[in-house]
Amino acid sequence: MIEVSRLWKSYGPVDALRGIDLKIEKGEFLTVFGPNGAGKSTLLKILSTIIKPTSGKVNTDGIDISSANEDARRRIGVISHKAFLYGNLSAKENLLFFGRLYDLPDLEKRIDELLAEVGLAHRANDMVRTFSRGMLQRLTIARAIIHNPAIILLDEPYTGLDQHAARMLTNLLKKLHTEDKTIVMTTHDITNGLEISDRIVIQILGKIVFEDRSANQTVETFERVYFEKVGEGK
Amino acid sequence: MGNYLKKVFLIAGKDMRIEFRSKEKIYSMMLFSLLVMVIFNFAFEPGAEYIKDVAPGILWVAFIFAASLGLSRSFILEKEEDCMQGLMLSPLDRSGIYLGKVIGNFIFTMTIELLSLPFFALFFNLSLTAALPPLMIVIVLATFGFIAVGTLFSALSVGIRGGDMILPLLLFPMQVPVIIAAVKSTGMIMAGSGIEMYSQWLKLLIAFDIIFFVASFVIFEYLIEE
Repeated sequence: MIEVSRLWKSYGPVDALRGIDLKIEKGEFLTVFGPNGAGKSTLLKILSTIIKPTSGKVNTDGIDISSANEDARRRIGVISHKAFLYGNLSAKENLLFFGRLYDLPDLEKRIDELLAEVGLAHRANDMVRTFSRGMLQRLTIARAIIHNPAIILLDEPYTGLDQHAARMLTNLLKKLHTEDKTIVMTTHDITNGLEISDRIVIQILGKIVFEDRSANQTVETFERVYFEKVGEGK
Repeated sequence: MGNYLKKVFLIAGKDMRIEFRSKEKIYSMMLFSLLVMVIFNFAFEPGAEYIKDVAPGILWVAFIFAASLGLSRSFILEKEEDCMQGLMLSPLDRSGIYLGKVIGNFIFTMTIELLSLPFFALFFNLSLTAALPPLMIVIVLATFGFIAVGTLFSALSVGIRGGDMILPLLLFPMQVPVIIAAVKSTGMIMAGSGIEMYSQWLKLLIAFDIIFFVASFVIFEYLIEE
């Protein structure tokens, strides 16, 4: 479970987050929608321990992430539109490197399983710089879940993907969701975001302005709400 | 501690594997170092009596500029596809990232310096055999000081537009004590002076290395976070 209370983040005079309160249950898939500059990526960076909040608290399963960063990081996997992978290493070398940073046992076996799961077993020894955007994103997923994290954070994972790669990503995320992972995703993609999540929120100018179960919304009704809220925000 | 160091060497090993595969940094650093020596070789007459006075300066101009070329590339590797975030997400104290980078940069720079040294002796017709053991001490100490601060500044400049240009401007004023101590002690070693003549320069290098390494080690976490 993730509990966020009164979360503020300021960059000098600019408040990127202005008192965010969120509770995400274990195994829940939450999608955060919002326009550019809403503070969605800042929220995920704080949840993933990359940056510290100006004030407020984040607890993951009772662990305060600001005081126990290294323990928290073992429980978190991050998937972004950037791959966090080295182009001049092969797919397998990249996973070996990141896996060793997590001190994982039976790493070779885990890597073989993961590469098969994301459909890249045949490219295991190829340099990552030769991969297409879709392949890169699949390898990013393998890198993010190599340590079997309980929490997965996704920052605009659909950016730059063609329809086929986006569908593949959606299917992989659905599979992770069935494995009882707690997932938080930020996206502009309303169709995919509604399809795979349990709950949706809209964040504008560092505040949560709307919250609902995904099942209560269709793409059309949610688009109407979204543009209404974004208009108000401006 | 053992586990921490294992991960530190993992990062340094990863940098070396990538570099030895692409050879971008090594080729450009080596070429730059040799180019400086060739240009000065044309400017000064090899074997002339005054060569011993100017040679230490030439050697350290070649070393320092080649090292800064390598440093500017150090964190570009981590910027592509935001790999720095991947490292920051791992359960390793962020000082470990700095230490891994320092070790990698130090090994690269020392490799270039050791490969350049025979060319330096050849171009300027100098016999360095007797001077080599004390000269190696100076090279190791000065290179470490340069890399300890340079790695920190490289992390700082990579996030700035035109960081490649800014890095030397930040780095060189800071490195004045290292450069002076290195040039002075190298000159005295080449002139055949005893250690008592240049021991104060060695002490300065040791003090610089300790102070700036510890300071960089401590502030690295805060620097990369924001």
